[in-house]
Amino acid sequence: MGWFGQKNKLKQDVNVKPLWVNCKNCKSHIYESEWIENLYVCPNCNYHGNIPSQKRIKLLFDKGSYKEMFSGIGPVDTLNFVDLKGSYKDKFEANKKKTGFSEAVITGRGKVNGISIVAAVMDFRFLGGSLGSATGEKILRATNYAYEKNIPLIIFSESGGARMQEGVLSLMQMAKTCNGIAKLNKKNIPYISVLANPTTGGVTASYAMMGDINIAEPFSVIGFAGRRVIEQTIGEKLPDDFQTAEYLLKHGFVDSIVNRKDMKNYLSNVLSFYNR
Amino acid sequence: MSKDSITLTDKEKKTGNSSANKSTKAWEVVKISRHPNRPVFKDYIELIFDNFIEFHGDRCYADDPAISGGFAEIDGKKIMLIGHYKGKNTTENIERNFGMAKPEGYRKALRLMRLAERFNVPIVTLIDTPGAFPGIEAEERGQAESIAKNITEMAKIEVPIISLVIGEGGSGGALGIGVGDKILMLSNSIYSVISPEGCASILWRDSKYAADAAEALNITADALIKIGVIDEIIKEPPEGAHNDYKKTAENVKKALLKNLKVLNKMSEGKLLKHRSEKYSNIGKYSLK
Repeated sequence: MGWFGQKNKLKQDVNVKPLWVNCKNCKSHIYESEWIENLYVCPNCNYHGNIPSQKRIKLLFDKGSYKEMFSGIGPVDTLNFVDLKGSYKDKFEANKKKTGFSEAVITGRGKVNGISIVAAVMDFRFLGGSLGSATGEKILRATNYAYEKNIPLIIFSESGGARMQEGVLSLMQMAKTCNGIAKLNKKNIPYISVLANPTTGGVTASYAMMGDINIAEPFSVIGFAGRRVIEQTIGEKLPDDFQTAEYLLKHGFVDSIVNRKDMKNYLSNVLSFYNR
Repeated sequence: MSKDSITLTDKEKKTGNSSANKSTKAWEVVKISRHPNRPVFKDYIELIFDNFIEFHGDRCYADDPAISGGFAEIDGKKIMLIGHYKGKNTTENIERNFGMAKPEGYRKALRLMRLAERFNVPIVTLIDTPGAFPGIEAEERGQAESIAKNITEMAKIEVPIISLVIGEGGSGGALGIGVGDKILMLSNSIYSVISPEGCASILWRDSKYAADAAEALNITADALIKIGVIDEIIKEPPEGAHNDYKKTAENVKKALLKNLKVLNKMSEGKLLKHRSEKYSNIGKYSLK
């Protein structure tokens, strides 16, 4: 026992940073610096890994135009939820510390190639990008801002779905956020939904699928029910491409699959047709 | 005493005494909500509504027997009735897919809600589903999109909507016909973001902790009225609706009529404003 402990201690002392990233799709090893420089995309197979929300924001907005909004909104443990690993409150406090932000979505406004927009960018690192009451509140406020200022809304989704630890309150955030989208529809204000890896459950079944235009990043898993749940229900293995961006394109639920490096220009090009 | 049992005790302390296969108050309600003799959509049609004219099909792909809907009368008042249709026996349940709707079910429901708007009659939805159907064909045809669209469009429907949970309110599958001006629940029904078994298998790593998950998730009518998600609880006879259909139906009818009366008095503009505010205000958050 002592010997194993020693070994672990040694490892910590040296504090080795991994130099390589393993591509989850083609399994090739890529230098971390190359991976980051390539926008967290595999140079071999074009697999799109998760990009930190701050970097996505930097990539999207014109230099110096971005202003974060509603950053002070954070989660509350309304149900005093405790599971096997502890309380929800401890969990989100730890996630706040780990990520440096207070919710699974960052909201802000700015210009994309000169076009003013509002954006909500989800981040999977914060509680799996799950949709809780504060997440819903931030998205609704961003949507309301677009409504008041008559400017387009873009939401980047990256989420496991509704946040279990807030029970039905999370489920109701689907209705809350879609209520905002309904208002945009009535006023003819465009909303573009970008679906990143993964977008599942209650997020797909609410605002993420309600874009006037739905765009997916390559290789993103997008679906409603989890793969395992479906396999259990039907008792057979699912095809490899099931619930991928490519599968959704084939079945008519996304308009296009766009590479991360082209995303900004694609979005501004589409929005340049907005003639109101 | 073995080392294992000591660990378990520590775990129990941390999790508020979770233990596998133990029942909780919420779990007892779950069992009643899923009772095989619990009244379902069909029973309420017989006991409460007259002149039910059922309409079929989503005009895109198929007719989904898991959701039924059409015009109906309650105490002479005309409404649009839409609900999940669970069976009472195996044959019926297979036919109705256990009340688990596919995209065509949600699209039919939306079609009928728009029809109600055209005819200017209020909508009553009866919710009773374990969840939207998790299957290949459902995903292929856009399960998520169909639910998302219903949730969004229900915010715009210009007639009153009352949603009543009569049994299981299973997550997105329930919300897909559940965005009402009033949300009512029978006292032994449940409404949850995920099934207790599903939650337990993820957060407790074992579905045997479903009773604990049920308690933690706050899925009973009593818990949900306290956190402001639902508007009213309809009392069931002692030990559950399955013990007295007539009494249950009587209480449901009274509650529906009372709420229809209130909502019918509201102007269109006020109705939509009230609905929008209702959902905008659900859920607490901290502000820095």
